[in-house]
Amino acid sequence: MIQASLTELAAALGARKISSVELTTLFLDRIDALNPTLNAFITVDHDGALAAARAADARLAAGTAGPLTGIPIAHKDVFCTEGVRTTCASKMLENFVSPYDAHVVGQLKAAGAVMLGKTNMDEFAMGSSNENTFFGAARNPWDTTRVTGGSSGGSAVAVAARLSPMATGTDTGGSVRQPAALTGVTGIKPSYGVVSRYGMIAYASSLDQGGAFGRSAEDCALLLTAMAGFDPRDSTSLEREREDYSRALNQPLAGLRIGLPKEFFADGMDDDVRAAIDAALAHYRQLGATTVEVSLPNAKLAIPAYYVIAPAEASSNLSRFDGVRYGHRAADYTDLADMYGKSRAEGFGAEVKRRILVGTYVLSHGYYDAYYLQAQKLRRLIAEDFQRAFEHCDVIAGPTSPTVAWTLGEKNDDPVQMYLQDIYTIAVNLAGLPGLSLPCGTGAGDLPVGLQLIGNYFDEAHLLNVAHGFQQGTDWHRRTPAVG
Amino acid sequence: MSRQDWEVVIGLEIHAQLNTTSKIFSGASTAFGAEANVQASAVDIALPGVLPVLNKGAVERAIRFGLAIDAEVAKKSVFARKNYFYPDLPKGYQISQFELPVVVGGQVTVRVGEGEAAYDKTIRLTRAHLEEDAGKSLHEDFHGMSGIDLNRAGTPLLEIVSEPDMRSSAEAVAYARALHTLVRWIDICDGNMQEGSFRCDANVSVRRPGAELGTRREIKNLNSFRFLQQAIDFEVQSQIETIEDGGRVHQATVLFDPDSGETRTMRSKEDAHDYRYFPDPDLLPLVIDDDWIARTRAAMPELPAAMRARFEADWGLSAYDAVTLTAGRDTAAFFEAAVAAAGAALAKPCANWIMGELAARLNKAERDIADSPVGPAQLAALVGRIADGTISNNAGKKVFDALWSGAGSAVDAIIEAEGLKQMNDAGALEAIVDEVLAANPKSVEEFRAGKEKALNALVGQVMKASRGKANPAQVNAVLRERLGA
Repeated sequence: MIQASLTELAAALGARKISSVELTTLFLDRIDALNPTLNAFITVDHDGALAAARAADARLAAGTAGPLTGIPIAHKDVFCTEGVRTTCASKMLENFVSPYDAHVVGQLKAAGAVMLGKTNMDEFAMGSSNENTFFGAARNPWDTTRVTGGSSGGSAVAVAARLSPMATGTDTGGSVRQPAALTGVTGIKPSYGVVSRYGMIAYASSLDQGGAFGRSAEDCALLLTAMAGFDPRDSTSLEREREDYSRALNQPLAGLRIGLPKEFFADGMDDDVRAAIDAALAHYRQLGATTVEVSLPNAKLAIPAYYVIAPAEASSNLSRFDGVRYGHRAADYTDLADMYGKSRAEGFGAEVKRRILVGTYVLSHGYYDAYYLQAQKLRRLIAEDFQRAFEHCDVIAGPTSPTVAWTLGEKNDDPVQMYLQDIYTIAVNLAGLPGLSLPCGTGAGDLPVGLQLIGNYFDEAHLLNVAHGFQQGTDWHRRTPAVG
Repeated sequence: MSRQDWEVVIGLEIHAQLNTTSKIFSGASTAFGAEANVQASAVDIALPGVLPVLNKGAVERAIRFGLAIDAEVAKKSVFARKNYFYPDLPKGYQISQFELPVVVGGQVTVRVGEGEAAYDKTIRLTRAHLEEDAGKSLHEDFHGMSGIDLNRAGTPLLEIVSEPDMRSSAEAVAYARALHTLVRWIDICDGNMQEGSFRCDANVSVRRPGAELGTRREIKNLNSFRFLQQAIDFEVQSQIETIEDGGRVHQATVLFDPDSGETRTMRSKEDAHDYRYFPDPDLLPLVIDDDWIARTRAAMPELPAAMRARFEADWGLSAYDAVTLTAGRDTAAFFEAAVAAAGAALAKPCANWIMGELAARLNKAERDIADSPVGPAQLAALVGRIADGTISNNAGKKVFDALWSGAGSAVDAIIEAEGLKQMNDAGALEAIVDEVLAANPKSVEEFRAGKEKALNALVGQVMKASRGKANPAQVNAVLRERLGA
């Protein structure tokens, strides 16, 4: 049952072959057994999960169940959950319990999904390895001495190690796609504005977007359908018709034009990753797709632009964590300034502080034009590059990450090396486009390699179809790590 | 050099609290006076994950203001974050507008001074922008700690910034009063200064006429016109003395202490924050299309300046009367309704009654003209009866009393019941006059001997005999005729 797809689980629940309580217990038991090794969850809500499962069973019995009713889910600990603590993997919010549910959490609750708990992440979603966390690094189930990727590492691990059939994440510069690639699962970040950010603790507001992890594109489509939709509480949420992201899954891929940005295939990608990507592209050609070289000339500027815009927004977004109303407050302080200083110094980890400092600097009087405005101009250029590329292709493909999962601690002394891990994913956030990573092979150490697919605005259903077509003829997404 | 050799330069920043029922970025109530923190929603206290949603009603009010001062309503304006830490600022930033405000330019013309010396002055506005208010820090009753009340956090404000066009505290007060009238007139702000709904910051500097602008000091949070005037006068005097004593004025933000009548420095330029403004990524640019502006314009009331001009041109009112009657929309409406009932020819007596007897009574009773016990139609009827000679002006006051107290509601019925009608029957009056002349030969003799005053005694006797109903002018005429004068 832990290997079953969401559709299979829904069928089993619907046919009363298994109850939601039984299914939930199965996954809770796996979490209890494996989480001490993997550290995928910060908080496990046994009682809440079983209560939700009982309610789901009642809905199933009453015939009012939806496609996700009774199926367990894990939420990244960046989503506020009423009554269950929401930490953002930070000491600052170690004991914070939200009085309300994030929009995404509320939607999934309404759909009858059963929340197992809250997953590990890089603190305030800042990181690419899930090592920047107050609760200890999450570990890659394919090799527990290696990183999971980040920032949504815990959610990726939860799905990869079958601790949960599905999980939510957020993606600001690659935080869904990159850990999906490094742990061998499928992850999608939709176009900016598709998933409400209400109740999703902000890192960089203009880039943050909720996303879905699943074993397959098919599962991601089901989860994204439940997550997405207009929310008047988020002014950047787009007022569009609700979509069924599963609707296009079985369309043939013959005639599909896949754009390969020459900049993505130049230096920088490890050979083992390149080999897996090339093999995946060959498979697409067998399915009738054609590949065409495209260019994203400004993509190389994505990382510098990102590391101005994201920290700038973060420095302001994280100002509310001041120890006044909630969150960590230093025990001893002499006056107000001292209370702010000590509470924030104690409450935030090193990477968060680094980004607050950078962000504060680039917004300072006299530097704003040179940094922030310049970065915004680059952002427009990058977005225009993609539009030009899409004149020649239907989707863009390339690696999700330049390497397979690396060893814990390996890149911690060099933040810039760490930042470069997101070189293929960040431009997508700057442009606000949808992106997806699917497992497409293995590299050194039998570690997973992810293929990134990038679509034009609101092409999520199409992207999922392109991924699904690949998964119909391959079994990379079915491989399961031997852990525990 | 003497005081006359200095020119005073004043610009005002006025924060008008917009009278929306809910806050600018949340659904919480804006009502004043609730128990601390009960009107602070998740958004207002800046819980993790919450997001702002713009209140269209606040935008609507900003558009009304822009149209009222003949400014440009920006097709696109942008909300920006003003970053600083303070316990009553929950997000660690205030959402305001910086580079692109919603209202650009505009001007108002105000009447400064009284009587012969009064003059019109046009003051240009720089901009008006939307922003949210902060909460309040409470420093009493917390035993060494500070309390925080976030009820006010997120209350919509329109910050109205003038050009440095004012040259005296009198001009500054006239401008502030005109805006105070205007924001209530167009119903965007209740104007309650005690509750902080309308507060002024004054930027004040002095210079030699024709010289570059001097160093300015900003007086914060003046919540009465009197304090505005006192604070500016003190600051001007102090700056002049500083310079004349060989010192330099230092740029600073100051507070006015109403008890001492002095200003004191709150922070100097060196302490100024770097607010790190940048566009708020949680809010889309505010786009106002022509249709929205047109709809708002169509719903605008006639503005006080236009009404004032019309009163002067159509009804021959003096500038003073026109300004007084347009000090509030309710007063103007009362006046217009009275004139509509009485006829344009009686506009001046209607104005006199409203500014005189009615205003005095309302003031004494602490009532608004909208709740006046005497309505405009009643006042018009009263004015009409005086004008057509039915009653005397003095009898008019008795009618007014009856209307005010509710003893009567129809003017003619009161005149009848109280027997206030003037005696306009010439035959009856002549009979009384003849009786009085016969009974007072001494007075008659004195008058004939050239003593004018004697006539007054005779008039008094006739009035007495008629029990006050005779028309004094008519009595005078008949007496003179009988006496052959």
